[in-house]
Amino acid sequence: MKYLCFGYYDKGKFDGMTESERNAMFDTCFEYDDHLRASGHWAGGEALQGPESALTLYWKNGKAATTDGPYAETKEQLGGILVLEARDMNHAVQLIGQHPALTYGNIFEIRPAADMNEVMKASEQRRRQVVAP
Amino acid sequence: MPPPVPEQLSRTIETLYRSESGRVLATLVRLLGDLDLAEESMHEAFAAALESWPQTGIPDKPRPWLISTARFKAIDAMRRRARFDGAQRDLVAHMESRDHSAPLDDEEIEDDRLRLIFTCCHPALPPEGQVALTLREICGLTTEEIARAFLVTPATLAQRIVRAKAKIRETPIPYEVPTPQELPERLDAVLQVIYLVFNEGYSAAAGAEVTRAELTGEAIRLGRLLTELQPEPEVPKPEIMGLLALMLLQESRRAARTSPAGELILLENQDRSLWNREQIAEGVALVEKALQSRRFGSYTLQAAIAAVHAEAESVAATDWRQIVALYNQLVRIQPSPVVQLNRAVAIAMQEGPEAGLTHIDAVLEHGELANYYLAHSARADMYRRLGRTAEARSSYEKALALTQQEPERQFLEERIRQLK
Repeated sequence: MKYLCFGYYDKGKFDGMTESERNAMFDTCFEYDDHLRASGHWAGGEALQGPESALTLYWKNGKAATTDGPYAETKEQLGGILVLEARDMNHAVQLIGQHPALTYGNIFEIRPAADMNEVMKASEQRRRQVVAP
Repeated sequence: MPPPVPEQLSRTIETLYRSESGRVLATLVRLLGDLDLAEESMHEAFAAALESWPQTGIPDKPRPWLISTARFKAIDAMRRRARFDGAQRDLVAHMESRDHSAPLDDEEIEDDRLRLIFTCCHPALPPEGQVALTLREICGLTTEEIARAFLVTPATLAQRIVRAKAKIRETPIPYEVPTPQELPERLDAVLQVIYLVFNEGYSAAAGAEVTRAELTGEAIRLGRLLTELQPEPEVPKPEIMGLLALMLLQESRRAARTSPAGELILLENQDRSLWNREQIAEGVALVEKALQSRRFGSYTLQAAIAAVHAEAESVAATDWRQIVALYNQLVRIQPSPVVQLNRAVAIAMQEGPEAGLTHIDAVLEHGELANYYLAHSARADMYRRLGRTAEARSSYEKALALTQQEPERQFLEERIRQLK
């Protein structure tokens, strides 16, 4: 089963780190990511550019409007997403619980991927009925 | 990217996980002395199986393959940690020096499982943690499956397991069968967990059908495992046999309990030819042995009652006098209102609905069962048999208002329809 793990970090704290501190963090984190890949638990992942690079869209007055910056202005910002292949929720907890990023004060939120197959099938059926003469 | 695993093989590995993971894990816990490490390395061993078996084929003996692969994965994990934590270095050396090449015999593996079940059911853990841990670590169910069976979210259940494991680590709770002095009390806790697992699977109260059938099977398997405990004079072995008998006798009626449409069928209306004779024979033999010991308790008495039912050809041919006598004993050691209600129903079968009604009303007067649908349903039944239709209807309606379960509701609605 797939679990999406959202990694949050404190940007202020990150910006305050020296280069060698940052490198040490990257090295231990990437090493653990490599271990996840080698053991078949890594199903994908991306790091994100800083929150200042974000553009947020929403619906306003009948059209899409934009603001710059992340949707939620919080101290901890989303820094990356890791897709984990694990047997169950506790297995995911166990794998992420050992991620060195945690020791640097980062936070992970684990969410099971939803199985949308049934919903998609039902939706396809509805759309087909609409098209049918 | 490795080539995709053929579906057949991935199904085989899943089946293997179901049947073997509990045993593999228990042995790894003994070898590694650490539940988390054992679990992680076991998962990696199964992942390695998915990767290498498509080429090599399934080994003749998958279990030793999984155990030895997991052991190597564990040593790798410890090496990885040793780079940050010097204390791990000695542990790695220790692990590598130990000879694990000796083949494991089945008896040793069953002993490993027994040790682990006592850890999972340790009284220092909260009861819901004990149940969750037992189902996951001993029976190999996933967090999500257990959560479905107990109608809680996976996140809630995952936390119960995380906390229970932390408690084991921090206390620390040892991985061992308790001493003879502690055993009676510790065994009570294990029996309670097993019966809870069974009831969760047996009652129509919760969860998806498949998971529930599995739960009863797991509980019976665990009960069997406990009967393998060495017979010590202090061990209340009769109650282990009693519980196993009780579960087998209840499970023997599974096929007769519901109609193909999922409607609940009462004992009196069940097609007794559908009862599983093999389970009944085993259950009855166990009850007899437990009763002979004269040191039995409530599980044995409940099993004895179930055995009387199991051996009767029909409701009319049932030895109700015997059942009432067993309930009289049971009420003495377990004076719960539900036991008293069941006794009242048995009295009704022996002496008639008038007497039954008197006893049911006496139980209801205490108030604990005021919102228990079965109490009102039983009362309605007495009125029905006495021909007091209006009172029967109002009691069935009261019962109907107190249960949310579909099979039970259908049953009660049918009873109300039949009154007209």
